Amino acid sequence: MSAPPLTAEADLGSLGHRTLSSAAIALICAGSVGVVAVLFALTSHSVAGFVIVTPVAVVAALVAMSWVVEGGRSARSRLAESLALLGLVLAIVPLLAVLGFTLVNGLKRFDSTFLTHSMRNVADSDPGGGAYHAIVGTLEQVLIATVISVPLGLMVSIYLVEYGSRSRYGRLISTTVDVMTGLPSIIAGLFILSFWVLALHQGFSGLAGALALTVLMIPVVIRTTEEMLRLVPNALREGSLALGARQWRTIVSVVIPAALPGITTGVMLAVARVMGETAPVLLTVFGNPAVNMNPFSGPQESLPLYIFSQAQLPNDTAVARAWSGALTLIILVIALTVAARLLTRRWHVPTGG
Amino acid sequence: MTGGALGPTSLAEDAAPGAGSSSGTRPKTSRSDRLFRRLSVGSASLVWILLVAIALFLLQQALPAIHADSVNFLTTKQWLPDNQPPVFGIAALLYGTLFTATLSLVIAVPVAVSGAVWLTQYAPRSLGRMLGYVVDLLAAVPSVVFGLWGLIYLVPRMVPVSAWLSTYFGWIPIFRSDGIYGKSIFTASVLLAIMILPLIGAVSREVFLTVPQDHREAALALGSTKWEMIRLTVLSYGRSGVISACVLGFGRALGETIAVALVLSANYEISWHILTPGGNTIAANIANTFGEAGPVGRGALIASGLVLFIITLVVNFGARAIIARRKDFQVSAS
Repeated sequence: MSAPPLTAEADLGSLGHRTLSSAAIALICAGSVGVVAVLFALTSHSVAGFVIVTPVAVVAALVAMSWVVEGGRSARSRLAESLALLGLVLAIVPLLAVLGFTLVNGLKRFDSTFLTHSMRNVADSDPGGGAYHAIVGTLEQVLIATVISVPLGLMVSIYLVEYGSRSRYGRLISTTVDVMTGLPSIIAGLFILSFWVLALHQGFSGLAGALALTVLMIPVVIRTTEEMLRLVPNALREGSLALGARQWRTIVSVVIPAALPGITTGVMLAVARVMGETAPVLLTVFGNPAVNMNPFSGPQESLPLYIFSQAQLPNDTAVARAWSGALTLIILVIALTVAARLLTRRWHVPTGG
Repeated sequence: MTGGALGPTSLAEDAAPGAGSSSGTRPKTSRSDRLFRRLSVGSASLVWILLVAIALFLLQQALPAIHADSVNFLTTKQWLPDNQPPVFGIAALLYGTLFTATLSLVIAVPVAVSGAVWLTQYAPRSLGRMLGYVVDLLAAVPSVVFGLWGLIYLVPRMVPVSAWLSTYFGWIPIFRSDGIYGKSIFTASVLLAIMILPLIGAVSREVFLTVPQDHREAALALGSTKWEMIRLTVLSYGRSGVISACVLGFGRALGETIAVALVLSANYEISWHILTPGGNTIAANIANTFGEAGPVGRGALIASGLVLFIITLVVNFGARAIIARRKDFQVSAS
């Protein structure tokens, strides 16, 4: 979208003013990097210092040259562009660092023992042990949460799109969903703790964790499926109704199938989001070093919880397990996210024409 | 089926959504139609019932603990709920929660907004889209992974940064320090800032993409430089969107639990010195002390969670109000 104004600006600039050519800019940047590098090589050898000083020097040199050649307003514009780029780099580098360090450290213990063994009878300082119990727990909890929240969320979005889109009640529900989206995940955990574990005396279990995840997942499922249902053209609904189908028939056999790929994407993104939640699981599943296949009774383990508890231990072996757990979790989450994106890319909204 | 009562009155009107004039010609609805509709209304009602239930059950579990509290819950700093008699208060936790969230916003907003400006205004289209995609992907990284990275990598690396700040800017009160650094409010805020960056950046980017091309071209045609164009059109047009993005990020930072729990060395003091180890937040305190909490302790933690719940509700409604006002503005402007 920036192509036309860019050329317009360039043309305008060349009308009355001298401008720095791209070759000149490259020369200024390379020159200032070189000067800084030589200075650091001669004096301090500090890599961190070099990384911090270089951008400042490059920007200063560029702006100074621009001020001399192009004038103050253009120099200010170049300063703004450099700072914006610096902002982007500052935003992306730490995020990539998180991914990179997880990959490097996680691969050290990412072996078959890790994926097939639990922490039963494994001391914190032992090199072995794995996350099998945690992976099983997470998958079961997320599956239960999905089974509960997808039909419920879908029915709510059907209400929002097909029935209540113009009613006051629909708007109230919509606002409530928005507020629920911003609910801190620990509140969902505290709610299930208060309601399920303490008030109903159900005890800590995988199911309790799944319920806490459901509270977090419902608003996400509603928001995404609602968007997808709205994309289904009215011509499809009208065609079905005109053929004599009842409204619920139209919704179930025309609207939902048309939106199904989009709904699937939304559900996968929602699953990816709740899979990494630690706080709600911490308060409801409680953690368990052994394999507990039954999510309906007794404390279970979960992958985020496993990372949290191993990371707090002082032993290097435990921290290594935490990194491998983090890698496993990231692989699961990113695989779901990427698969969801690929699915949307291949999906075309039926036109109904 | 609480909402069922609404059914009959509005049935005829919105039987065919968006179909406009054709809705009046719908035949009578059958029993199966009514049943399906009630199911749908009932599910929708469950959403606000859930929100009310959250408030009620938190209150139910919190009240006995607050009654048992031997001191004022709102003004006390200590957190010893399982003592005899229980002594605990929200003051230090609330202060820490608001302070770290605010500080993280101060760090994250300039970075995220300028990054979004570069992505939408300077980057080649394909690169902008690709980087936007990468940021979206990074937003999916779970917070416990950020916490682990923060604990192992960020905390030790913040020591020299904090020392530098304290040496050269120690004359500013908040940077004053006694020479011990690491698991401080500053570190927690930096980590929180990194975590809310993708959210604020992605929302700002979307807002900047909606700036009408006409505005930008008009500014350029009047002879403004690119920066003047951005300041006059993109930033002023997107201001309310960016503000609501910030409020959303603030809400996220308030409730973030695990990452903060891993990088703060918990204490219950109110201190302005952000570089000194210490500080605590409501959510981190719940995660760190839940395991050892007795009956009163659990109630006390739930009471603190109730306070967090109320704050985030206020913040979220604030964000919605800003977004709604922005929509009104756009409708009237177009």
